[in-house]
Amino acid sequence: MAHAENSYYIPHGSHWPIVGSIGVCTLMVGFANFLNNVSWGSPMMLVGLAIVLFMVFGWFGTVIKENQQGMYNMQVDMSFRWGMFWFIFSEVMFFAAFFGALYYARVYSLPWLSGEGSGITTNSFLWGGYEGSWPNEANGPGNIGGDYTTIGPWGLPAINTALLLTSGVTLTWAHHALKINHRGQLILGLFLTVLLGTIFMFVQGYEYAHAYKDLGLTLGSGIYGTTFFMLTGFHGFHVTIGAIILMVIMFRCITGHFTPERHFAFEAAAWYWHFVDVVWLGLFIFVYVL
Amino acid sequence: MSTVATDDHHDDHQESPYSIKRWLFTTNHKDIGTLYLWFSFIMFLIGGVMALVIRTELFEPGLQFVDPQFFNSMTTMHAIMMIFGVVMPAFTGLANWLIPMMVGATDMALPRMNNWSFWILPFAFAMMLSTLFMDGGGPAGGWTLYPPLVLQTGDALPFVILSMHFMGLSSIMGAINVIATILNMRAPGMTLMKMPLFVWTWLITAYLLIAVMPVLAGGITMLLTDKFFGTSFFNAAGGGDPVMFQHIFWFFGHPEVYILILPSFGVVSSIIPTFARKPLFGYASMVYATGSIAFLSFIVWAHHMFTVGMPLAGELFFMFATMLIAVPTGVKVFNWIATMWRGSMTFETPMLFALGFIIMFSIGGFSGLMLALAPVDFQYHDTYFVVAHFHYVLVPGSIFAIIAAVYYWLPKWCGNMYNEGLGKIHFWLSTIFVNLTFFPMHFVGLAGMPRRIPDYALQFSDYNMLATIGAFGFGFAQLLFLYLVIKAIRGGEKATSQVWENAEGLEWTLSSPPPYHSFTTPPVIK
Repeated sequence: MAHAENSYYIPHGSHWPIVGSIGVCTLMVGFANFLNNVSWGSPMMLVGLAIVLFMVFGWFGTVIKENQQGMYNMQVDMSFRWGMFWFIFSEVMFFAAFFGALYYARVYSLPWLSGEGSGITTNSFLWGGYEGSWPNEANGPGNIGGDYTTIGPWGLPAINTALLLTSGVTLTWAHHALKINHRGQLILGLFLTVLLGTIFMFVQGYEYAHAYKDLGLTLGSGIYGTTFFMLTGFHGFHVTIGAIILMVIMFRCITGHFTPERHFAFEAAAWYWHFVDVVWLGLFIFVYVL
Repeated sequence: MSTVATDDHHDDHQESPYSIKRWLFTTNHKDIGTLYLWFSFIMFLIGGVMALVIRTELFEPGLQFVDPQFFNSMTTMHAIMMIFGVVMPAFTGLANWLIPMMVGATDMALPRMNNWSFWILPFAFAMMLSTLFMDGGGPAGGWTLYPPLVLQTGDALPFVILSMHFMGLSSIMGAINVIATILNMRAPGMTLMKMPLFVWTWLITAYLLIAVMPVLAGGITMLLTDKFFGTSFFNAAGGGDPVMFQHIFWFFGHPEVYILILPSFGVVSSIIPTFARKPLFGYASMVYATGSIAFLSFIVWAHHMFTVGMPLAGELFFMFATMLIAVPTGVKVFNWIATMWRGSMTFETPMLFALGFIIMFSIGGFSGLMLALAPVDFQYHDTYFVVAHFHYVLVPGSIFAIIAAVYYWLPKWCGNMYNEGLGKIHFWLSTIFVNLTFFPMHFVGLAGMPRRIPDYALQFSDYNMLATIGAFGFGFAQLLFLYLVIKAIRGGEKATSQVWENAEGLEWTLSSPPPYHSFTTPPVIK
């Protein structure tokens, strides 16, 4: 418990949270109406998104300004560290739900539907001798979404794995440069990381288009398409967020923020990026390889 | 220990309590705690009215007041309101008020996020309540949202799901704040094993929240995509399984019930030693018992699903794991009783509620042990016996602990004593009526009355009438609580700093009411 010479900074009266609530609520009500086929649903979503972005700019802007003014002592820094750590843990648990769904489908529901164990009667009466095998007949006895071909691991997914792993290295290089106060390498390292992340996203987008157009593999391709696109989709969303965060950090580095000793925002972004990286490794193994 | 009431480096002091801006923009842990507690009380009234609609319909057999669809949406919404709108916010409110004072901090670790955690809730619950007025009515498939039934909900479905995401966001941010405060804001010398048990139980609760709220978010996201985007998570024809939702839901849902009770254990562990005038018996074992309960809560979820069809090994594992929870819980009850053993006890209102908690929570615990037995649960599943069980642990359990906490710390918060005589009347009315409401449910449940049905066979009539009378009595008794709290806020006998003769802990070293910023200089820990 470091208690620095100056006291713990307690901000006074912030309007950003209520702006955030209004924004997220507008976004959600808009989305719900969009799902219910109400015509003003999507415009409302855009308004909500704009308010949320306004909040994000304002809130982080305030925090960055206060930080640059030296208002945060090491204890405040530690609160941010705990906050980020537990936020990432919550994200891990969010992905765990979807990985759990994947394991459950492969280990239990498909074998049961195919008549394993006590599923034998259900299989013969309800599903007419369906034999579901992962991955190519994993869209259930209803053949939901029609026939499809899966994406093998050793083409684009392997390239994507290499891209993300390399981006982890360039980020660590940038961090090292920051610690020895070598600004040029720092900015180059961050730039390369963002670039690799962006290429990853383009490859992923190309792969999705290929799956939809050529392979017949869609989000609606039974449990296979469902788990494939939901897992890779949420991961891709997190890569996008992570790349945006790193880009902001890069601009802050160009502006001259951070010191070799204090640069938690950089580290938080790096933690997040490595978390996204590790999730990808899980995806590569369980969604593509196995 | 000195009381620090000066605030030398912040220019703006407490604003007028009547300024809307103060409450909207506040970053102060006491203001936010107050907001949480009032919000919780308002939701308690709304959820309570829903309970009374249910009990009114069940006063007699036959369909008389509401149509079955609306009845079902009342049972669903009552649960969502009471769990996410009452008990969780009330505990977060108590955490906000008390944890910074208990660990010797100025405020919560992340004050702006603290404001957001609260100010999400009114929006989220407005979204949730608005579904009652939509085409197809509110959600009526039960708060557990099981597919495929819940997918038949009308326009309300996306609103229900997204508002639950929103509530989850609030809980996760609140929990992160609590953990950061406890781990980082303790006064020098306040080691982990010197923390008051309320702080300990909240630390573990916050961990549970961060671990399982995202899992719920994942599960309900799957509902949303199954309904609107053609995924097959819970569709057997597509290779999914509706039972998979139950696994995901209860992986969240079982730790959730400990989220609803662990802070109560902390409250009771604070109150009993004060009024027994003895230190808490077995402090370390209390900490370890709380940790064990939290660990076990992750490996017992399928005891909610014994009748759904599971391999025998699964039934056995979840049965034995569930029964294991009785061990750490027994340690806790034993310690509370041992604390009182040969103590100089007095029975002020908070102590009465804490004692009521121990006895009636134990009743709920024992019926839980009965339900844990897989072969027996085949008989009890989805009957009123289950309803009796979880209401015993939640109403005279969690709610009594929250009420006890309010009476115990109210003089500290507002500087005035509440009316002790009326407080005791509030306790006795609540206790008599809560038992009148829920005890007969054990009998009708064992005799086979099913849950979530607006009508019932004639032989259940007498007990249902009693339960309805009890529910109205309990509901109206809470208006006395409201009156007592408002009266104490507005004035009354001044409370001393220590308030209670034998109260121990840093919060009692601050003035009553405490300064706006709790400890601007960290206190010295003995």
